[in-house]
Amino acid sequence: MQPVIQVRGIDKRFGDFRALSGVSLNVAAGEKIVVCGPSGSGKSTLIRCINRLEVHDAGEILVGGVALDDRSADKVRRDVGMVFQQFNLFPHLTVLRNLTLGPMRVRGLAGEEAEAKAMEYLERVRIPEQAEKLPGQLSGGQQQRVAIARALCMEPEIMLFDEPTSALDPEMIAEVLDVMAELAGSGMTMIVVTHEMGFAKRVADRMVFMDKGEIVETAPPEQFFSAPETERCQTFLNQILGH
Amino acid sequence: MRSRARFAEAPAHPPPPPQYGRVLLVLGLCLVLTACGSGGWYVVDPTLPNGRSNLWFMLSGFWYTIKLSFMALIIAIPGALLIALCGLSSNRWLQRLYRGYVEVIRAIPLLVLILWVYYGLPDLDIRIALFWSGVVALAIGESAFLAEVFRAGIQSVPRGQIEAAKAISLNYPDTMRYVILPQAIRRILPALGNQFIYVVKMSALVSIIGAPELTRKANELIVTEYRALEIYTVLALEYLVLVLILSAGVRWLERRMGSDERKL
Repeated sequence: MQPVIQVRGIDKRFGDFRALSGVSLNVAAGEKIVVCGPSGSGKSTLIRCINRLEVHDAGEILVGGVALDDRSADKVRRDVGMVFQQFNLFPHLTVLRNLTLGPMRVRGLAGEEAEAKAMEYLERVRIPEQAEKLPGQLSGGQQQRVAIARALCMEPEIMLFDEPTSALDPEMIAEVLDVMAELAGSGMTMIVVTHEMGFAKRVADRMVFMDKGEIVETAPPEQFFSAPETERCQTFLNQILGH
Repeated sequence: MRSRARFAEAPAHPPPPPQYGRVLLVLGLCLVLTACGSGGWYVVDPTLPNGRSNLWFMLSGFWYTIKLSFMALIIAIPGALLIALCGLSSNRWLQRLYRGYVEVIRAIPLLVLILWVYYGLPDLDIRIALFWSGVVALAIGESAFLAEVFRAGIQSVPRGQIEAAKAISLNYPDTMRYVILPQAIRRILPALGNQFIYVVKMSALVSIIGAPELTRKANELIVTEYRALEIYTVLALEYLVLVLILSAGVRWLERRMGSDERKL
């Protein structure tokens, strides 16, 4: 079967800094990929390239068989949901309005339809009672769950997570990871950039380790954690698991 | 302990002390003092028939000033927004157009702009009626400043907001309308208020081409009554009333929109 995401030898530079060099990655439908690596290794840049929040300089990215360019970006983004480290909820809109904006303006749903769908996803992330509040009135964990629901309201086929728990207080990480694990169980294709190795062991089909803009190692989690092949990966795992 | 108790009693946000009363009091005092000295106030004394008719004559410019300022703003606001969006575009030519427009318009004194539109343009066979000449000159002069305010406001919205809008594939107009502008405008309301007041005050300059607004009316009256101090004092009060109403309106808007900001 054709992979739903094909990244073929992409490069990305920020001035003189090579954020990505020659990165290739195929993701099958329903596959869960966890990307890890030291900071500055290009993991965020990679997933930001997949929905064209960053424009790659060389190589090719195909999402659902469509090559990403300026023209196809909007269409591709409808099928790709994204969750950010800083949540990026719209602070002036209620939770419900945050969720219905996309479906109403992009999918053309009527208000009631969009609201019904929004409530359905709010139930799924277990905060339907917060629908009328503004994002600023919620805890970080709740905000991130709203952000997940907002992405899901667009009914994407792929979900990208850019360090979704890095900005959270420790006691709120679990509630977000639980929602993500549940989503993984529903068969969603997911690429997750995270340092939560417990989550990775639980959910990932494949681990991707990046360093200095390159994919250094790819392996199923059992193998990845027990017998990492490269030294860089071993060092990294020792550093984050060792404390 | 005592100080802490006192602290707790103080309201979290003390209401701003009322300023209008004080301002009017000071002006009233000026009036009374100058009245004692020169005694020319009969020209604007509402208890005398002549004073009353003079006052009516001056007040008859109100509507013109309001129309002039209002129309100028109605044109300048969307215009400035479009200009600001050019400045924020990734297209280098639009950016240059923006820079050029802002720098050139900002550099022209409004008075010169008014004279240029009313007396200059007819030489190019572009004849604009008196009222609309004033409106156009005010709107153009204002648009450069407003554009900078809009640009600053839009740039102050965190980048993540645009990315989140892109991620749910909102198009550019929807992103601006639903996500960026509501947040930007809330932040720039105080600056917008300044600009609105600026337009009302600068509309006085349109008197130079003979538009029958407040300042022109006052000047006409002085020609027959020769009482500059009294008549210009009343004129200043007329602008004060206009500006106070306007600024109250802006603060009402700020309260309405800003109440949510506190919960962010």
